Amino acid sequence: MRFSESWLREWVNPPVDSRTLADQLSMAGLEVDSATAAAPAFHGVLVGLVTQVEPHPDAAKLRVCTVEVAAAAPLQVICGAANVAAGQRVPVATIGAVLPGDVKIKRAKLRGVESFGMICSAVELGLAETSSGILPLPMEAPIGADFRAWLGLDDLCIEVDLTPDRGDCLSIAGLAREVAAINRTDLTPLAAAAVAPAIDAHFPVRLEAPAACPRYACRIIRGIDPSAETPLWMRERLRRGGVRSISPVVDVTNYVMLELGQPMHGFDLGRLDREIRVRLAEAGEQLTLLNGDAIVLRPDTLVIADAAGPVALAGIMGGSRTAVADETRDILLESAYFAPAQIAGKARAYGLHTDSSHRFERGVDPGLQVQAIERATRLLLDCVGGQPGPVVNVLAPDHLPQRAPLTLRTARCTQILGLEIPAETIVDVLARLGMDLEAVAGGWRVTPPTARFDLIHEVDLIADVGRIHGYERIPVSHTSSAAVTKGTPEAAFELDRARLLLVDRGFQEVITYSFVSPELQARIEPGLEPLVLANPISADLSVMRLSLWTGLLHTARYNQARQQERVRIFETGLRFRPGLDGLRQEAVIGGLVIGSVDAEQWGQPTCPADFFTLKADVEALLALGTVGGVAGSSFRFVPASHPALHPGQSALIERDGHPVGLMGMLHPSLAAGLDLHGDAFLFEVEQAALGVGILPRFTPISRFPAIRRDLAIVVDAAVAFGDVAACIRAAASELLRDLVLFDVYAGGNIDSGRKSLALGLILQASSQTLTDQTVDEALARVLDRLVSEFGARLRD
Amino acid sequence: MPEQTGLGIDALRAAALAAIDGAADPAQLDQVRVRFLGKSGELTALLKQLGTLPKEERPAAGQWINQAKDALQQALDARKAVLDQAALAARLGAECIDVTLPGRGRQSGGLHPVTRTLRRIERLFANAGFAMVEGPEVESTYHNFEALNIPEHHPARAMHDTFYFDADRLLRTHTSPVQIRVMTEQAPPLKVIAPGRVYRCDSDLTHTPMFHQVEGLLVDEQVSFADLKGVLYDFLSSFFERDLKLRFRPSYFPFTEPSAEVDIQCVMCGGAGCRVCKHTGWLEVLGCGMVYPEVFRHVGIDPDRYLGYAFGMGVERLAMLRYGIDDIRLYFENDLRFLRQFA
Repeated sequence: MRFSESWLREWVNPPVDSRTLADQLSMAGLEVDSATAAAPAFHGVLVGLVTQVEPHPDAAKLRVCTVEVAAAAPLQVICGAANVAAGQRVPVATIGAVLPGDVKIKRAKLRGVESFGMICSAVELGLAETSSGILPLPMEAPIGADFRAWLGLDDLCIEVDLTPDRGDCLSIAGLAREVAAINRTDLTPLAAAAVAPAIDAHFPVRLEAPAACPRYACRIIRGIDPSAETPLWMRERLRRGGVRSISPVVDVTNYVMLELGQPMHGFDLGRLDREIRVRLAEAGEQLTLLNGDAIVLRPDTLVIADAAGPVALAGIMGGSRTAVADETRDILLESAYFAPAQIAGKARAYGLHTDSSHRFERGVDPGLQVQAIERATRLLLDCVGGQPGPVVNVLAPDHLPQRAPLTLRTARCTQILGLEIPAETIVDVLARLGMDLEAVAGGWRVTPPTARFDLIHEVDLIADVGRIHGYERIPVSHTSSAAVTKGTPEAAFELDRARLLLVDRGFQEVITYSFVSPELQARIEPGLEPLVLANPISADLSVMRLSLWTGLLHTARYNQARQQERVRIFETGLRFRPGLDGLRQEAVIGGLVIGSVDAEQWGQPTCPADFFTLKADVEALLALGTVGGVAGSSFRFVPASHPALHPGQSALIERDGHPVGLMGMLHPSLAAGLDLHGDAFLFEVEQAALGVGILPRFTPISRFPAIRRDLAIVVDAAVAFGDVAACIRAAASELLRDLVLFDVYAGGNIDSGRKSLALGLILQASSQTLTDQTVDEALARVLDRLVSEFGARLRD
Repeated sequence: MPEQTGLGIDALRAAALAAIDGAADPAQLDQVRVRFLGKSGELTALLKQLGTLPKEERPAAGQWINQAKDALQQALDARKAVLDQAALAARLGAECIDVTLPGRGRQSGGLHPVTRTLRRIERLFANAGFAMVEGPEVESTYHNFEALNIPEHHPARAMHDTFYFDADRLLRTHTSPVQIRVMTEQAPPLKVIAPGRVYRCDSDLTHTPMFHQVEGLLVDEQVSFADLKGVLYDFLSSFFERDLKLRFRPSYFPFTEPSAEVDIQCVMCGGAGCRVCKHTGWLEVLGCGMVYPEVFRHVGIDPDRYLGYAFGMGVERLAMLRYGIDDIRLYFENDLRFLRQFA
């Protein structure tokens, strides 16, 4: 809502300057977005009377005008505008005047004739974007007066960004009520006297959807002057309110909308067929709107129709068939109440948003219609003449919003605000906001004004009291409410700890969009159907991620394209996967490494990241979920295949037999397609799998020495170390304290297709010193099992 | 008193002392020791010659020899100490390194600035007794809107620029639906914060289609707007580590009443007016209010018995103010050169 400060001050004029007024509005919840000058700076422009217009002797398009500005000698001014005429009052910039854009007016000679000033157009004065010719002024403009002062141009256009609950402030009247309450000053309401009918002309109205439109007021005005123009003062107020002047009938309805908040419409009476029916549209009906759009109506849409069909989208926009045209002499003025629930969302559904729909969606005062039509009649008669009929006020009383009184308890007000506000202040504030108060025990019964759709509960009244009294007066309380500290389990997984672990291991955290490119994702997760956004911001960000890998790979590519070759990144967040019982939103941790493990440095060769360097990071992460045991004890890495991964270098991560993650090398063909330099390795683990923490459990430390025996065995290359280790653990039983793999070797004197594993077995008993015999027996058991299960043999 | 034994002890002693002094390293010194004091050393040999002397001369001669032996041992020890010292000094000299060379090994990475800021916010509220809760990002329209008193076609809903999947599912536009989930699942008193990603269908110089919020909710029998002012004053002062001026500006959220937007005195210019605060001296940093009775009714909490406050803040905005980041889009480009600045 944009409005002229001086117009507001006609209604309420508190003794505060403009800046304070703006601050007051903001601090009352009516946020001032901007306050701009009503006109750019200029001076030296006077109201002049053109007494004579003569053709220029040497220029066909120029006129030599005599302009009277004061008692002194009249000025000779050359003017090029076609519309200048003797008898006109005009704004004339005199010698020494400075116009917007720093245009200095000097004595000039145009084709041999001297000019002592310039007759101005609205554009030259910064009052319009376009204009045809000079700006003629009304006859009451006093000759010689300073034009700027006369038109009140030292005014501010204030734009308030109103929240959707305050439809009542979408008018000068509504804002004035607020300003009066804030400043405890009196309001000068508009004296809108009824205009007596001059003719007996009714137009029949039928309310066929009374819940949607319980009140429809209208009035015939015959014989308006189609050549009349909107007066300058009204055009100025509209302009300062951000509304374009169109024609007197439209301008008057817009003026009343700005002034009182009632959107209105004017029909060309001659084009209306017999009657007004306020009804829901019939499916498939068509309507061509004022803006030229031809729309097909849906049956949920309220329309104004005549006997021939729809003539307006109720509360949104009129139709072109019955629009007031240049030659229109007889009109029907509409001033209706449409229920917010009926209008809400409809304009948007047709791709429209109008000043009218904006107000009706938020709620227009259901008691305002007759007052508004009287006010519009008065203004119209003053502008364009004509003879009004009586106001036709058709209503469905049962469907008009009822204002039930609310109970406001003083004690509740104190409890919620944390401040005791004196009863007389409460009464004063609410009364100034237009509420009826009736004292009851412990408080009041309050009836809010019909314009206030936002006052539903007691607390809404309390908020109003707090707002007008001033939130800044509410104290700052440090009495903390009963702390509800429910401890978290000690073994619970802490995401924060996992993040820091990865950071300490050289990973940089990234945060990528949860929606990704469907093409890229389809290459990574071709087997899964992603959740698709109905209204994505772009095709690149149109499906929900099935894993973090799409975003991580995109980030790696983005950075490599910017000379960042070594990438170690991770992300935490949700992935969105289809599940049997609907969408699964799973919290995961994922990472990507590419390039060397460590940054390039002296004294050690650069070691490119591989499966096992990343596996160490993943194992460290998994160990967070298995406190106290051997790292990753209940996790297993199982050879796996995944379309995005190298078939020979990918592993499923299982916890207690359930898949909980995946890691591996990016498939080389995928890497090539992504323009990545170097082998990329990826992992992703479900946070829930890490969440099952285990509390550490104490076992006594053996007092007896441990014995280490090394074993080098040769097995088929395909034999998995994990299986060998499991076999050794089983065979060595509880004596095995630790198992170290210290070499994996193939080639040389090892047969092709075989590999050598060098293992250190650390054996220890809890109750005695191990004898050589016990150790030898254990080792023999281990070896037997290895031979029988894997065809292992001892390396020579 | 000169030697009178005739065995040449003095001469040997002099020769040995000279040899000790001449030993250049511990090995040479040991050779000298063996030569004179070893089992078949020269001085040892003299001891064996004692028997050849007349009986009455033997004690004196023995004494001479022992004195010489002691003197040599002392000289050996002294020389050894000198040589050890020199050897250590030489080793230390040889082992001198350039301590300005960079350390070897792995360098740490870093947290994303949004996470860094979230951790700070979470800790400050944890200190104040707020428990952390989370909710889904693909939300139902019920949780995101209806239960928060934003019915369909409500103008407030149109202001949310929502990403939809279908009629019932959307990407949450704020963290407020977590309020509904918490109040549905747990009984008061409640004191929680809910951080997380939120989404708006809006992307330009100052908007990204995804960002982060932290929601706060407290429900108890005695809660006032003054308490809300207190908790936010404490939080914002702690977060910015200075005593800030705050302004509670009445506003509207369908799920709170009274509602306010909270402005802080501009942390860039101290309130004098600058580009960041658009020359107002104030920065809007969060929204808050007292839980609206309709919301309590939706979740089955008795609005006559319980009161509550709720607040929500944008994490990216707080991080921008804190670290002087001037472009919100940087957060999700994930340029490592940007991210490393927060490590």
